[in-house]
Parts: sequence; structure tokens; C-alpha cells
Amino acid sequence: MARVGVFTCFCGANIADFVDVPRVVEETRKIREVRCSIEYKYMCSDPGQQMIRDAIVQQRLTSVVVAACSPRMHEKTFRKALSDAGMNPYLLEVANIREHSSWVHQKDKKAATDKAIDLIRMAVAKSIANEQLYEISVPVTKRALVIGGGIAGIQAALDIADARIPVTLVEKSPSIGGRMAQLDETFPTLDCSQCILTPKMVDVASHPYIELIPYSEVIELDGFVGNYKAKIRKKASYVNFANCTGCGACWQKCPVKVPNEYNMNIDKRKAIYTPFPQAVPNKPVIDAAHCTMLLKGKCGICAKVCEKGAIDFKMQDEIIEREIGAVVVATGYDLWDPKPYEEYGVGRYKDIITSLEFERMVSANGPTGGVPQRPSDGKVPKTVVFIKCIGSRDEAKGIEYCSKICCMYTAKHAILLHHKVHDSHAYIFYMDIRAAGKGYEEFVKKAQVDTAATYLRGRVSKIYKKGDKLMVRGEDAQIGQLVEVEADLVVLATAIIAPKDNPNLARLLGISYDKYGYLSEAHPKLRPVETAKAGIFLAGCTQAPKDIPDTVAQASACAAKVCGLFSGDTMKKDPMVSKVNTEFCSGCQNCVTVCPYGAIVTEEIPMGHGSKEMRVVSKVNEGVCQGCGSCVAICRSMAINLSGFTDPQIINEIVAI
Amino acid sequence: METEVKETKGQVVSAENPGIVAPADWQPVIMGILCNWCSYAGSDLTGTSRIQYPPNIRIIRVPCSSRVDPWFIIKSLQTSADGVLISGCHPGDCHYISGNYYARRRFLVTKKLLNFVGYHENRIQFSWVSAAEGPKFAKVVAKVTEDIKKLGPLHKYKKENLK
Repeated sequence: MARVGVFTCFCGANIADFVDVPRVVEETRKIREVRCSIEYKYMCSDPGQQMIRDAIVQQRLTSVVVAACSPRMHEKTFRKALSDAGMNPYLLEVANIREHSSWVHQKDKKAATDKAIDLIRMAVAKSIANEQLYEISVPVTKRALVIGGGIAGIQAALDIADARIPVTLVEKSPSIGGRMAQLDETFPTLDCSQCILTPKMVDVASHPYIELIPYSEVIELDGFVGNYKAKIRKKASYVNFANCTGCGACWQKCPVKVPNEYNMNIDKRKAIYTPFPQAVPNKPVIDAAHCTMLLKGKCGICAKVCEKGAIDFKMQDEIIEREIGAVVVATGYDLWDPKPYEEYGVGRYKDIITSLEFERMVSANGPTGGVPQRPSDGKVPKTVVFIKCIGSRDEAKGIEYCSKICCMYTAKHAILLHHKVHDSHAYIFYMDIRAAGKGYEEFVKKAQVDTAATYLRGRVSKIYKKGDKLMVRGEDAQIGQLVEVEADLVVLATAIIAPKDNPNLARLLGISYDKYGYLSEAHPKLRPVETAKAGIFLAGCTQAPKDIPDTVAQASACAAKVCGLFSGDTMKKDPMVSKVNTEFCSGCQNCVTVCPYGAIVTEEIPMGHGSKEMRVVSKVNEGVCQGCGSCVAICRSMAINLSGFTDPQIINEIVAI
Repeated sequence: METEVKETKGQVVSAENPGIVAPADWQPVIMGILCNWCSYAGSDLTGTSRIQYPPNIRIIRVPCSSRVDPWFIIKSLQTSADGVLISGCHPGDCHYISGNYYARRRFLVTKKLLNFVGYHENRIQFSWVSAAEGPKFAKVVAKVTEDIKKLGPLHKYKKENLK
């Protein structure tokens, strides 16, 4: 006979004000299996837990029901109380009489009390069918996979590797560095971006614990936390990196010119190229989409000039497999295409550019040598209009959210413009100035005062051409008048958007993403770097728009999480996993099909004791199983059951009221 | 099969069987089976936001809506409940990748079957409530309760009547 103890919590006044706790105690005491029913002001407090421990020992309880707040809140607390009293912690059931009764039926005390009693009845009935369960120990592969080699991926990889944990860093493009490598200077200190980033890039390449796989993509991820298997496709670079010295003879001689992505297509690169001079690894790759040798079999000049014979036109994509324990996703961001702003003449007027194009122009290693030029005639612009919130905070044309960094980099651009072209003047059209951050407000003030940039609050309604100038017509909402600015160059601060590959990557990794394509964190406030899938973490703009300090902080947080995960040789795992009763299993393998994790495999067992004839049955890999219970509902012979949520437990709950 | 809802004075009549009546102040029991990650968390949020809803629902927690066996629905209607509400994560948002898709298909079939054997279709309802949709959960419960009140009791299938 089961001996159940019921412990009802007042939760101060939270429960007691709306549920008649003494009546609950009286009613639940009448349940046949209940040995004791106790009430207390705060069950989760130390004296409250002591009451549970005492009752377990004195009443020789076989299961415990705590009627209090949601099990998502204090289930762990009470489980610990059970184990402290020498009882299996999984013999606990929590009846949620706060979130599901006292807080939602505050106007009807009788109904709330009746409901609370029913909820406790259900929990008691369920607890009778509870089984003793034991935590599962899973071995951990101590290697981390970092996807994306921008500043987020670099920081995460370095921090993890510094803890002497091997890291595999996978980068899609030929070099690490990401968006930050494209920046000239960074706000709010105007540090040279390259100067602070490239040493870190070199550290990654030379770190004994980091394996850098550039020009490659993750194509498959199997397994579970601590025991993932990743497949990485290394794209054919057609250059044998082992032989290549990075001398550069090949790209100097290559005759094929291709728009240069690194410089936002302002100038050209060759078909064999390194993205930028400080690239890591500093080895060229051949762009297969443009190389005439690969497309038509004509040319091959690079192979002729290469003294080391590093060019190999027959190279194939290579699949690399790695066993890893945790994944850090840092795929960064893309920029929104401002084409929908037709009234600005985007696409028609050459002298309307985006902020990143402007950034490349003012960059010392950029296509114009650090001095901005008008794309139409190459003249140095004297009057530049910056328009913020292009696509951001714009439900009609773009996206609803704020891209977070545009206010700051536009202020930076105004300052940089002033540095590069002393007699220039910047006009900035803005909706709001959002400069929350250390030194940020002061930086905007600097742009407004030191460089005398004119900040105009209002939207631009139209841009049209007048001679070789662009007339920018907008509103200055602060004086309530229309204004027109005769501009040489217009710079649009386009919104940050999630990389378009994010949904595919999310599906491949088995994590979720939001409606914009950003990867979702497990909890927006309290678990901002974890995903809902254990062992997969997020760093940088792949989760939401961020500036560099926030990105670096999040990347380091990821590293701390990974190091924590790898702190022991084994990992504890919840025992709520499926179990197969081979006696009943008919081997139909429906469960194998339905399992989203591939946790169910088949095995052969003898037909009967000592029999030589074999039959096929299912078998659950406890380490892989996440405990969803899909297999239980699909099993026709009821041979499979989910510990903690077995059929008898749930049926008991249903018939209890 | 479509069952018509009848209106009577002073008492509630079962939509399925005119022989089953209950007093006007009769309150239905609704079995709510919620997935742990979205709908149960959503219902907790309804609580923490103090949004009020009718007290007729009794909530069972399961890890995923795909854990819900049609057996649970049938057993609920047989023994204790006048209606069943099953709720999971929004399609595409399943914590277990694809569980709610299986659940969705299974529910549709179960509902058709139960409808065929004579239960009004509103007795079995499904919804998708995310962990952030506390107000939506309250609305769903209110609607389901309202629907089932209209349908009247399922007395003859109830435990005490079987005894």
C-alpha cells in the first residue's frame, strides 16, 4: 500500500488568501493513500523542507506531494529535500495550486479551493505510480565547435582554448575576421578596428588548442550534449595550403576581375584572391564561380606563375568529421537591402550609398584610400546627408526592431568625415538618438559639438537630383518645418538583419529561431546565451543586433558555459527518458521513425530463453533521448514508456477526479 | 456527425443525449493536457500575470504534445471530464523539433473518430499557446469552458454513474 504525504504551502498570502488551505488539508487527508497532510507558511523554506524530511522518516512515506507553486519553480528544491531524507527524489510530485489556482481564480475562493483539492488528488494518484529513477551519467567529449569566425567566434574560441579545451573554428569565408574586419574605426573610442582585431585573428591561427577550418560550412550535427558529431564541408579552395607561401604572385597575374565583397563591391578583386591583406589564414582561394579555368578550361595563369605548384584545379570539396561536446553559434548579421525606399531613388542615384560602403571608403585600406568619393564622378563630397533607421523601426518597408548600432556608427561617420574632409559638413536625419552605453552619449555629443554635425529630427520624404547634387527633402520636426539639403553624397544607415542561412542552420542544429531569423535563446533574460537545446550556445548578432562590446561579452559568456559543461569527465542527465519493455515490443519500428533525435535503434534478441531464433526489438539510447514521449504515444503494443510520465501515471491523474 | 445544441430553461441538457440533464448551475470539468515547454509555461505566466479564467480546467503536465495518447482523451471523457483541451507549442516551435506535428495529425484523426462515435466536436479542442502567451491561455480556457457549458454534461459516461 502506498503511503503518500501531502504538504500544502500557504506561500505567505499568495495561496492562503484565495484558497482555503485548512479545508484542502482536511479533504486531502481523506484520500485513502494519504498518511499525513501538513500545511505550512512557506514549504520551500528550511523549516518547511524539514517538515517534509521528518514526515518521510516518521511516516515511512513512499511518495511525496507538495502542493505549492509551479513545478517549473521549485521542483528541484523539493527533490533535494527528498534525497536529503534518503528518499529517491523522483518520488516527488508537485501540485501547482498557485499559478493554476490561487492566482487565476482570485474572485471565487470556493472554486479555487475545489480546484486545488482536485489538483492534489491528481498529483497523489500520479505519485503512487511514480518509480525510483536515477540520474544518467553520460561521458563528455571535450572539444567545442565554434561556427563563425567574426569577433564573436574569435573571442569564444580564444576563451575556450585558453582553458585548454580544444576548439574547432569553422568559418564560411576564406578568412576569419567577419564584419569587424571591414570597419575602419570603432565607437566610442575611435580605436582602429583592424589594430585591435588582427592580433586576435593571429592568436586564433597560432593557438595550439584551436583548429581553424576556413572556407567551410557545418552540414550536419548529430548526437546530444557532450556527444555531438559534426560534419563539416570544406569547400575546394583549389590551392594547396600546405605548399602555398602566400606570396601573392597568383592574384597579381590573374586576369579575371570580380566585384570585391570585402569592399562592398566598390572595387574589384581577382578570381583567385585573399579577402583582405591581413587575412587569416593568409592563403588565396579560387572563386569557382568566376575562374575561367574552372568554368571553361581556359587560362591557368595562376598555376603557371606559382613557383610552389600549390594550385590544384582538380581539388574536390572535403568532408571533415569531428566529435565535439558543445557548439557556439556565431554567424553574425547581414545588412538589409534598401531597395524598397524608391522615393529616395535607391538604385537610380549612384551617390546614395549604405553605411558599410561609406565605412569602406573612409577606411585607410579601403577602395578609395581613406577619403570618401562620390561613386558617380569620384569627387570628394563636401556635404553629406546621413539618414538613420533605413529599414529599422519601419513596419511598412523593413523590420520592426531597432538595429541598435546605427545611432552610434552614424555619429562615428560624422566624426570620421570631418577627420578626412575638413571642410565638409554632415547632416543627420534621425528618429531618436539611442546612445545607451558606456561613453556613448558623450560620443554623440562629440559628433554634435566638435564636428558640428547638424542633427535634424525627422524623416526624409524624397530625394531628387538637381544638377550633380542630390536634393534631400525632409522634415525638421523640432521646428516643424520642411527642410531641403543640397547634398553631394547620401549615406543610408541600413538595418541589421539575421543571416539568411540562419533558418537552415537552426534546422540543422535543432534549435529554434524567431520570425526575423535570429536564433532564439533559452530565456530572454536569465539564459541569454544558451539555446533550448543543451550544449548549443549563441554569441553575437546571430541572436539579436549588438555592438562589439556586447558581442564580446556574450562570446566570453559562451566560453564560460562551455568550460562549465566540460568541467567533469561525465555529465549528469535527467532520467526522464524512454524505456522499452522488450517482452511487448513487436519490432514494428514506428518509434524509430517518430524519434526526432534518432535515439531509438534496433537490436536482435533471442525469441525466448536459450532460443537460437532471433527477433528485432527497439532499444533507447539513454544519452540521446530527450524525453519527449513521441515514441510512447505511437507504440501500438505499449511496449515503450517514458519514465516520469508513464501511461499509468497519466491515467491515474485522469481518473483521480 | 453534427450534433445540435439544444437550449432549455432551468437545466442543462447534454448535446449528445437529451436524456442527460443537469441543474442550471452545473459546472463542467475540463481536462487540460499541456506540454511542459510552451503551454504549461504559458499557463504559469497566466498565473504570474494574475489573469483570471474560469476554474473548470484541471491541468496535466506532459513533456510534449506528442506524448498525448488518444487513449488519454478517451479516458478523460469516459471517466472525469466533460471536455478535453490539449495545447502545445506553435507549429515550428516544438522544443523537441517536430513533436507537435505528430500531435496535430493524431489529434485531427482522434477528433474525427470521436465525432463519428457521437461526441460533439467541441468536446475535444486543441490550441497552440507559447510560453509568452499568458493572456492567450486565459482566452483559450474561457472559450473552451464556454463551449463545453453549452454542450452540457456527459453524465452517462461518468465514473459515479457507471458504479
